[in-house]
Amino acid sequence: MSSDDQGILWEVFIQVKAGRPYKHIGSLHAYDKEMAMKSARDLYTRRNEGNGIWIVKAEDIISSEASDGEAFFDPSNDKVYRHPTFYKIPDGVKHI
Amino acid sequence: MKNELIDYCLRLGDSSLILSHRIAEYCSKAPILEEDLAITNVGLDLLGQAENFLTYAAELKGDTTADLLTFKRREGDFRCLHLVQTPNTDFAFILARQFLMDCYHQILFSKLISSEDETILGISKKAIKEVNYHLDRSNDWIKRLGLGTTESNERLQNAVNDLWMYTDELFIDNSTDIAMNKNKIAPLSSNLKSDWLEMVESALKFSEIKIPQEIRYSLRYGKDGFHTEYLGFILAEMQHLPLLYPDATW
Repeated sequence: MSSDDQGILWEVFIQVKAGRPYKHIGSLHAYDKEMAMKSARDLYTRRNEGNGIWIVKAEDIISSEASDGEAFFDPSNDKVYRHPTFYKIPDGVKHI
Repeated sequence: MKNELIDYCLRLGDSSLILSHRIAEYCSKAPILEEDLAITNVGLDLLGQAENFLTYAAELKGDTTADLLTFKRREGDFRCLHLVQTPNTDFAFILARQFLMDCYHQILFSKLISSEDETILGISKKAIKEVNYHLDRSNDWIKRLGLGTTESNERLQNAVNDLWMYTDELFIDNSTDIAMNKNKIAPLSSNLKSDWLEMVESALKFSEIKIPQEIRYSLRYGKDGFHTEYLGFILAEMQHLPLLYPDATW
């Protein structure tokens, strides 16, 4: 093991309480699942942040590329009509 | 009886206090960031347990506080075990010392949660949850180091060899143990030994670490106020600031 080998990168998700969604809270380095779980507990839950932890290998997450930004997301910038609030509802329409 | 109860609280409080100080010395020096935070968290848990026991000792004594007991007490009045006084060497040594103490704490606190003394019972109920996690972590590292590389196994074996001679004190009964046991406040130290040995030996054997021979190296013990040469240096560093600047606050 070289001195700068800190294991692989993992992303950590915390659930605030049962039934709530898991939210990304940060990342950590660990050599395996067990170590990742212990470190996640120590790094991210000791101030009562939650009572559920999910951990995913960072390399297993499929992520959009920053360089794709223009092609992926810009075309939706000027299309406000894709929001329902764009449309005026005539006064006579009920149940909407 | 009251004096023995104070003495017992000092033993538990001082042992956690000095171990937490040794861990604090290691802060920022662990091999990886995640471990540095984790071991420091353990130290903070121990400091909290020390504060609880020293606060209770101070209440029983009267006219003092946990802070005064920590920062204005002489070496001979400390009651910490020799094992926690040992100076840090490498990661394997720190984790091995932690593992031996975690096993001891786990077995001790699991008995103290049925103490007839309500304060000790209360502190122990809170502490046992922390200790169970400490043990989970140090036990994990014993396996990783023992079954890791030739070097990690060798370092762990050396650490266990060096630490083993300090473990007999954990199970020696003195007059305080006898009084605590008689009043159903705490078990005899000697009664913890077989559980501890079983726990420690099975983990070490699994991790391919040889159990050293049992040696009685010391005629006098920390729990009686007779310390290793290391404690004076720890206290000199720990007490230096409040002794030099008695009015310092933060």
